[in-house]
Formats: sequence, structure tokens, C-alpha cells
Amino acid sequence: MTPGHLTAPRVAGIAGALLVAIVIQTSVLPHFAVRGVVADAVLLVVVAVGLRHGAEPAMVLGFTAGLLLDLMPAADHVVGRWALALLAAGYLSGALAASGPVSSVRSALEQRRRWLLPLATVAACSFVASSVFALSGLVLRDPLVGVADLLEVVLIALISDVVLGLLVVPFVFALDERLEPDRLVA
Amino acid sequence: MSDLDSRTSSRPHARARLVADERINRRGSLESRRPGQPRRSRVIALVLACLTLMSLDSIGGQASPLDHARRLVGELYAPVDSGVESVLGPFLAVPRWFESQDALRADVDRLQAENTSLRGELAGIDFDRNRLAEYDGLTATAEQIGYALVPARVIGVGPAQAFSRTVTIDAGSQAGLRPDLTVVSAAGLVGRVIRVTTGTATVLLLIDADSTVGGRLASSMKIGFLRGRGELADFGPDPELDLELVDQSSVPRRGETVVTWGSQGGAPYVAGVPIGTVDSVFSDLRDSTQHAVITPYVDFGALDLVGVVVPSGTTSDRAVIEPDGTMR
Repeated sequence: MTPGHLTAPRVAGIAGALLVAIVIQTSVLPHFAVRGVVADAVLLVVVAVGLRHGAEPAMVLGFTAGLLLDLMPAADHVVGRWALALLAAGYLSGALAASGPVSSVRSALEQRRRWLLPLATVAACSFVASSVFALSGLVLRDPLVGVADLLEVVLIALISDVVLGLLVVPFVFALDERLEPDRLVA
Repeated sequence: MSDLDSRTSSRPHARARLVADERINRRGSLESRRPGQPRRSRVIALVLACLTLMSLDSIGGQASPLDHARRLVGELYAPVDSGVESVLGPFLAVPRWFESQDALRADVDRLQAENTSLRGELAGIDFDRNRLAEYDGLTATAEQIGYALVPARVIGVGPAQAFSRTVTIDAGSQAGLRPDLTVVSAAGLVGRVIRVTTGTATVLLLIDADSTVGGRLASSMKIGFLRGRGELADFGPDPELDLELVDQSSVPRRGETVVTWGSQGGAPYVAGVPIGTVDSVFSDLRDSTQHAVITPYVDFGALDLVGVVVPSGTTSDRAVIEPDGTMR
């Protein structure tokens, strides 16, 4: 079980994907929001990195991405909440990938057949990230929201993340593969 | 490392060996932790960083030290945001344009329909007001003369060439009508039914030359006979009837009211329906009788709603105005 090698082009590619995801999440996806809930494109990039490169890079990426999301214009919550949430998501995705059969040395084609684990990971990470964000809000005494509303939001976010994940995760995998195929690295 | 072997066994043999060799060569002894597991120190550092940021931001309150960072990111992101918005704008506007187009079209349709119906209402408002007054009058008549009335509407006027003054009303045998029933309007006596079909009836008007009605002077209770003249002018503003009193010595007074005398069994005329007023009186020198000219209350040129006097409790296809003014 190898974490993929994080070479400079790959790091750059992931950074680029992250920036694009941030732009998409803050500027494009709100137009397609389901009952106000926007799919987390950034979370999906973090999960994809976690699946491919393990927990540690995913955690660092999640922390950075979350921090950026916290500081983005529309956000008005305490800085660090999304950072913590995506940190958790990165950790979880790396841990699940380590326990599961997905290996970074597999080709993208083979991984597409093994779609179940990435999908389950996306669902779990979406749930955990939304929950961590919501719970940190409870701890910080944000405006109180009913548990039923909270669960509804978490559930809609989970579904939309899974749907968007079907696009984003393979895209990140393919980008990773294309930037520096494992065959050449190995 | 058995884990590794089981995983790489599915790959081409040569390549698997290459990968395995490579990794052992590169990392082998350096890798103390399980691959894919993050270093604990780093996890703790990141979590602590998050907590520090959160506490910094929440304790800072209004003057948070992170506001500068927020401001900076905001400033940097603003042009990206507006750029994306201006690129996406036209695409996002397309469905909205269709939506608003549909909504506008629906609005136009709705408003046009509303306009038409309001115009119709406006045009009919005078007519409706008059009809309401007529119904009111007819109800009052029923109370006044004490008979049940079947309301009916004049739907046709017999031609003048026929030299008879008849109208058709829209109530027939289904409404409980039969020949020799008295027809009244809100103003007074109109005539009598001479023929019925299922849905219509023909009414002989008072002013017909064949019409003879037994009349009674309301004040002196003297009786006589009213005859129509059958003149074209009777449909005008001043129709006239001739009254010939049985008691030739009595002289009617001008302005006296004439009501119906009443026939045997209420057919063809019930008693006590106002007919008109005495207009002028003259005496015939030849047979020394008193003649009076009567102006009927009813304007025959503008007949619309009439009531046909029926026995109380008649079954009818429409509401019957009972003598107490109620509808049944």
C-alpha cells in the first residue's frame, strides 16, 4: 500500500484543482443550490487527494482549503471551522483509503471499476465534515439551529456531494495520473 | 509486507517487482509508520492550529485579528467572483428569461380575461340593476295582491300586422302554466295566458282589441268592463283602455284607480289586481252611458319581467314567489 508520490507537478496540479474548486464552490455552485445547500467541491478535492495520497497530504490540503473557505467573502463564521471540518475529512478519507483496496498505483481505469469505496468515502467525509462544522457552531454558540434542520442540511449536502463527487473525484484522479503517470515514477 | 504482495500480485509480474523494489530501495528503512497513516505530531499540530484560529477569531469579537486576513482574501477574490459572474451571467439568464417570458404571457392572458369580464360586467350593470328592481317589484306585487306568482320573461312580441297584441313569455306548462291565468307585472295587470307550450306561453295583452276585463272602481266599488283598442299607439307612452260601467248612472272620477273585478274561480282574471287610473270621462248621449278612458299602469312597450298568477303550491320548474314574498 503506497501513498502516491507527491512530486512538484502533482502538488501544483492539486493546488490548481483546489483553487478551481474554491471558485466553483463560491461562485458557480450557488446557482445550482438545492434548498440553499451548495455541494462542497473543495471537500471532494480533499477526499480525492486523501484517497490517492493518504491522510497526511489530505489533512494539510484540507486545513489550507478550509482556511481559505473560512476567509472567503460570503463567510461570516469563526475562522477555523471549515479548516477543522476539512481536516477531519482529509484524515478520514486517508484512513479509509488505507483500509480499503484502493491503491494509488492502480491505473485510473482500474479504479473506475472500484467506484464503491471512493463513493462511500465521499459520503462519509461529507457527513463528517458537515457534522464537524455544525458541531463547532454549537460549541461556539452560533445562532442555534434545530436538530431536524441540521440533519436535513447535512443529508442534502451528502447527496449533492455524492452526485458531484461522481464528476470531481475521477477528474482529480485523472489529473493526478496525467501529470505524472505512476509507471514513470515507479 | 504480505499485504503488499497480495495487492501487487494482480499486476504484471515484472512491473510489480519493479514497484516493490523501488519502494524498498527508496523508503525501506526510513518508513517507520504504516504508509498512509499521518504522523501524530502533524495531526495534533493541525488540529491545534484550527482551535487556535477559532479561539483567536471568536475571542477577538468585533476587532478580530483575522479580519485583516478576511479583508485580504476578499479583496483578492472580488475580481475573480465578478469575472465568473459576468461569464456565467448570460447562461444563467437564459432559463430565467424563459421563466419570466412564460410568467408575463400568463399575466397578459389573465389580465385580458379579467378585462373582458369586467367590461361585460360594466356593460350589463344598468340592465342588472333594472332586473333587480323588477324582481323586487314583482315580489312586492305578489305580496300586495296575495297570489303566488311564477316569474317569466317576455321573449317575443307578436307582430303588429297580426292585429292582435300578444307577447310570448319563457314559461310554459313545465312551469305550471295553463291557459286562462292572469299575468301581472310589478306595475299592474298585463293580460292573460291564452296558450301554452312546454317551455313558452302566449299572453294576450290588455290592450288587444279582443281583450275584455272585468274592472272595478276602487273607491266606489262600481263594476264595469275594460276593452282594449288594439291601436299601435298602445305600445307607446300613453296606452288607453275604454271602461264601460254597468251602473250607467255613476260617474267615475278622474284619477280613480281601477282594479280587476275577478272571475269565477280566478280564471281568466283574479280579483284585486291594479289595472290603471281614470284619465277622462265622457257620456254617450245616444245610449246615455258613462264612458271612461283608462291609462294602464303597465308600459306595454317595455315589458320584460312578468309574473303569472298560479294557485299557491303549484309545482314549477323554477322558483315560485309565494304571497308572503318568499321564494319556493
